[in-house]
Amino acid sequence: MTIALALDAGLAVLVLAVASWTVGARATFPAVVGFVSYGLLLTLVWVRLGAVDVALTEAAIGSGLTGALLLGAAARLRAGEAPAEERPGAILRLVAAALSATVAAALAAAVLFLPDPAPTLAPAAAENAAATGLGNPVTNVLMAFRAMDTMLEKVVLLLALVGVWSLAPDPLWGGRPSPSHQSDPHGVLAFLARLLPPVGIVVGIYILWAGADHPGGAFQGGTILAAMWLLVMMAGLTEPPPVSRRRLRLVLIAGPAVFLIVGLGGLWLDDAFLAYPVAYAKPLILVIEFAMTLTIAATLGLLLAGPPERKLGR
Amino acid sequence: MADYLVASSGFVLAMVALGLVRVVRGPVAADRMMAAQLLGTGGIAALLLLAAATEVPAVVDVALALALLDAFASVAFVLGGSQAQAGGPDATESHEHGA
Amino acid sequence: MVRDVFTVLAVTAGGFFFLAGTVGLLRFPDTLTRLHALTKADNLGLGLVVLGLLPRMQGPLGMLKLVAIWLLVQLAGATVSQLIARAARPGGPPP
Repeated sequence: MTIALALDAGLAVLVLAVASWTVGARATFPAVVGFVSYGLLLTLVWVRLGAVDVALTEAAIGSGLTGALLLGAAARLRAGEAPAEERPGAILRLVAAALSATVAAALAAAVLFLPDPAPTLAPAAAENAAATGLGNPVTNVLMAFRAMDTMLEKVVLLLALVGVWSLAPDPLWGGRPSPSHQSDPHGVLAFLARLLPPVGIVVGIYILWAGADHPGGAFQGGTILAAMWLLVMMAGLTEPPPVSRRRLRLVLIAGPAVFLIVGLGGLWLDDAFLAYPVAYAKPLILVIEFAMTLTIAATLGLLLAGPPERKLGR
Repeated sequence: MADYLVASSGFVLAMVALGLVRVVRGPVAADRMMAAQLLGTGGIAALLLLAAATEVPAVVDVALALALLDAFASVAFVLGGSQAQAGGPDATESHEHGA
Repeated sequence: MVRDVFTVLAVTAGGFFFLAGTVGLLRFPDTLTRLHALTKADNLGLGLVVLGLLPRMQGPLGMLKLVAIWLLVQLAGATVSQLIARAARPGGPPP
């Protein structure tokens, strides 16, 4: 048994153990801790599988942001009605367990019995990499070969944000989300929130830039920027902006809008929606990615800040 | 050399796994808040060792992102865990909490 | 050759400190002492690992990234341990 195999086997067992603990936890806080731990371990799994872009995304979204989102949801549940003391009945839990096990078994069978060599478009994508001049094949696929999917994903993010905003009561529409925490401006948390975000912003922009030729890209960079913004909001150093502010809404639609404009331009200049003229492919993609990073950062930050809970004037 | 680095990466992961036992058992919420620190520091060490062993420099970027996001997750845990401690079964707490 | 020996020594020392931190986390009697073991020992272990891997990086950017990672983890560890300790005080967090 080689060392690498032992490492992978140990990692798999650890992931399963943490997952079982998360599912079996009795209170929300330990469950969220387990979920975030699971996400961090999955990052290692993705690295072992050679998917570094996915590992970056898992580290960014799957651990920090999703954990904060779940904790915020748990806090809102606690502050609302009385927490549900009833747990689902034994039959319901058995059915859920059986369904989950069936899905897991089906996935395992699908992976284990793949035809060898597995059907894949990877060689075709690698052959056509010269169309955009980018060195990272994942970015090529996301921004050129399947650009339509990426654009529509950003629209879906916006729809999710509108859904969260629609939870506000009518008189509060357009107001500010409430700050999640009142903090001492001279305290330890404020100190961290002053030192870390500048570094975080530099790293976020670096990861966006590095996505052209190495693992990285707009989504991971935007998530890091969102996390830094959220840290500043959580420390109480800045207030969440009112959701009716025009500049905020312009930033939110910048990503999909630029994408759409470039796509329609491709329809006019070339002859297909989202076709890039070969000479301008790389600069166009960089412009789109820059706009998308801003949109993703703003959208994710606002998604976690929650629906407006205070009137505009305050 | 690469084998040794992969083995040390596995060792660090084993230490993280043992530390998680404390997180699971820890009677107080503060014991669970340490999970982000434990996994963050250990995970970053394991990632850096793997990056050097497999000679893929991009994995260092993953460790860099993880360092930032782990700081954010730790803060979220502390804020969320304090609310969990203070809130408990008392459902009439408002959402104003001191630091 | 010397580089390899240096790397092996530093990484081994780092692993030892990770072991010490975990033993402390498991065996210390109190939340505050466990916090101490976790942040101090694990951070030092990471620092030694970074030191050991520095000669293996290609180019100054790689080395800079490693040092930056360690400094970020230190900053986060120092501040978050303060926050956790305040939350763990016997009277609960201060008002």
